[in-house]
Amino acid sequence: MGVENQKLGKDFPGRVIPAGNGANIVITSLDKVINWGRSNSLWPLYFGTSCCAIEMMQTGAARHDWSRFGFEVARPSPRQADLIIIAGTIVNKMAPVLRRLYDQMAEPKYVLAMGACAISGGPFYYNSYSVVKGADHVIPVDVYVPGCPPRPEALLDGMLILQEKIRKENRLKKKNPIDGFDTGEIPTLPDSEQ
Amino acid sequence: MTNQEIQETISKWKEGLEFSEEESEFLNLTVDKEDLREISKKLRDTPELDFDYMFCLTGIDWGEEMGVIYHLESIDKNHCMVLKVKTSDRVNPVLDTVSDIWRTAEFHEMEVFDFFGIRFAGHPNMKRLFLPPEWEGYPLRKDYEDEVNMIIK
Repeated sequence: MGVENQKLGKDFPGRVIPAGNGANIVITSLDKVINWGRSNSLWPLYFGTSCCAIEMMQTGAARHDWSRFGFEVARPSPRQADLIIIAGTIVNKMAPVLRRLYDQMAEPKYVLAMGACAISGGPFYYNSYSVVKGADHVIPVDVYVPGCPPRPEALLDGMLILQEKIRKENRLKKKNPIDGFDTGEIPTLPDSEQ
Repeated sequence: MTNQEIQETISKWKEGLEFSEEESEFLNLTVDKEDLREISKKLRDTPELDFDYMFCLTGIDWGEEMGVIYHLESIDKNHCMVLKVKTSDRVNPVLDTVSDIWRTAEFHEMEVFDFFGIRFAGHPNMKRLFLPPEWEGYPLRKDYEDEVNMIIK
């Protein structure tokens, strides 16, 4: 970071103080502000493919009310969404659709796999000809919420965990989760996120 | 009509029909596949039976035999019964269609063909309903295996 004193011409009259620390302060503060904004207004894309969607609707309804945490602007279009909640079974016919929706979302984008089916195929893991054995075969997943289906409290907790993850993001070190995903390469997390 | 009365009416039509009420609230009638259309027509057209509504058609693989189960209801008379037909030919199973008797059966039979490979003779449009046309095999058969998509246990 910054200009090294040794590389300056000999006729340079003064001394350059490395700007590393100062710039880091600016970026970290910027990170804090941006992460605060992002984490508190996550717009989810509804992607309910089976019974988990009922619990997801319940989470959005009056009793559990996810708008308390900034999730209330649920979008029917991937172009306007930050977060896709995979609420239900993904079958082989649905997988390309899920991938296309994910690709259409604007970055930064996050994925929450809700329920046993979205995590691993769940009850359809064995002897099923049609079910994808986990949505993470199709797109990279940030948070997994177990349950069959998970209660609204569990989904809320998963979404709060996602908020915490976003608050720890570092703009310099963040990798796009889709990079290397299709080649099977496991993305290495930077130290601050581990 | 009660199950008993339905049974009495039907058993006059043909000798040796196989009735059962075991583990079922409905009267179960198993027919040979050659008699299926004749019996179905009579079930619909006999005024005191009047089975004008087929509310469910199910394909079944019993392991050795395959077959179809028809759930019938009379909307006016408010009674139900179950019709069963079996075939032991697993390589090229063919049954007669009932889609001209109960129009609902048309899509149901396409679905049964899709998943069990039972062909229905006389069906107007016998092709796959849900799976892609190039799909090989019939996935709801007991002996179906797919090394790529299935984790077999």
